[in-house]
Amino acid sequence: MSNVNNFSNSRLINWFKLSSPSTFYPVAGKLIPIFWILTALFGIAGLWVSFFVAPVDAVQGQGYRIIFIHVPASWMSMFIYLVMAVWAGLGLVFNTRLSAMMAQALAPIGAWMTFISLWTGAFWGKPMWGAWWVWDARLTSELILLFLYLGFIALQASIDNPRRADKAGAILALVGVVNIPIIYFSVKWWNTLHQGASVSLTKSPAMAQTMLLGMLLMALCFWMYAIAVGLMRVRTIILERESHADWVRQLNEVRK
Amino acid sequence: MWNSPEEFLAMGGYALYVWSSFGVCMAVLLIEPLSIRARNRVIIRRLQQVHLADQFDKEGSN
Repeated sequence: MSNVNNFSNSRLINWFKLSSPSTFYPVAGKLIPIFWILTALFGIAGLWVSFFVAPVDAVQGQGYRIIFIHVPASWMSMFIYLVMAVWAGLGLVFNTRLSAMMAQALAPIGAWMTFISLWTGAFWGKPMWGAWWVWDARLTSELILLFLYLGFIALQASIDNPRRADKAGAILALVGVVNIPIIYFSVKWWNTLHQGASVSLTKSPAMAQTMLLGMLLMALCFWMYAIAVGLMRVRTIILERESHADWVRQLNEVRK
Repeated sequence: MWNSPEEFLAMGGYALYVWSSFGVCMAVLLIEPLSIRARNRVIIRRLQQVHLADQFDKEGSN
C-alpha cells in the first residue's frame, strides 16, 4: 500500500491532485504575487518601448501608438475566449468543479479585454478613418465576441444551480468558438476598412522591429495580468461555492 | 525623440485619442482587481461570521 503512495507522490507535481479546489486554493494564492510582478515588469518595459523607443510612424504620426494596447488587447480577447472554452469543455467532459470555476473566472477578463480592444479601436479609427465605428467584418465580429462573453456571464448568473449553470455556460462557450476564426480571418475573407494583420505567423512582420517588440512586451504584460486576475477571481469563486466544505472552514483567514 | 514634456503630452496632435485609449485601458485594468478584492472581502467576512456562530453553538452546548 505504501509503495503505491510513494509512486504517486514521486511525481514532480501531482496534476490530478491539483484539480481539487482544496489543493488548488493555496497554490493559486502563492502564484498571484509572482504574476503581478511579471505584469509590472513587462508593463513598464512595454510602455517604455511604446513611448520612448518606437519611432514615429511615417503615415499616422504619433497617433499610431494606440497600437501598443489595441493589438495586445485584441489578441488577449480571442486567446482568453479559447482558454475559457477549453476549461468549460473539460468541465463538461470530466465533470470537474475546478475547470468550470476557471471558465467562470476568465469570462469577465475576456469581456474587459474585448471592451478595451473596441474602445481603443474607436479612438484610433476616429482620427485615421474619420469614424468612431463602421459595420466592418472585423469590428462586427469583435463586437459579437463581447456579446458572447456577456451572454456567458449572464447565462451562468441566471441559473441558480451552479452545476447546471456550468453545463449551460460550457455549451454556449463551445458554440461561440466558431466566432474566433471568423474574427481572425475577417480581414482576409472580406474587404474591410480594418487593415490586415500587422503580425503574421507565415511572413515576416511589416513593421519596425522596435514596434513589434513593444507590442509583444505589452501582450506579455496583458497575459500575465489575465493570469493574476484570473487566479484572484477563481480563489473567490472557490470560497463562494465551497463555503460549506470543511477545508474552507479550517482556513486561517476564516478562523481569525 | 521628445524635446519637452509638453511635446510628449501633445502626442503630435493626437493627445485626445492616445490618452483616452491608454487612460481607459489603465482604469479598466485597475478596477478589475479592486472589484475582485471587494468581492473576496465579502465572502471572507461571511465565512468568519459562520465560524463565530459555530463557536457560540459549541460553547452553548457545553
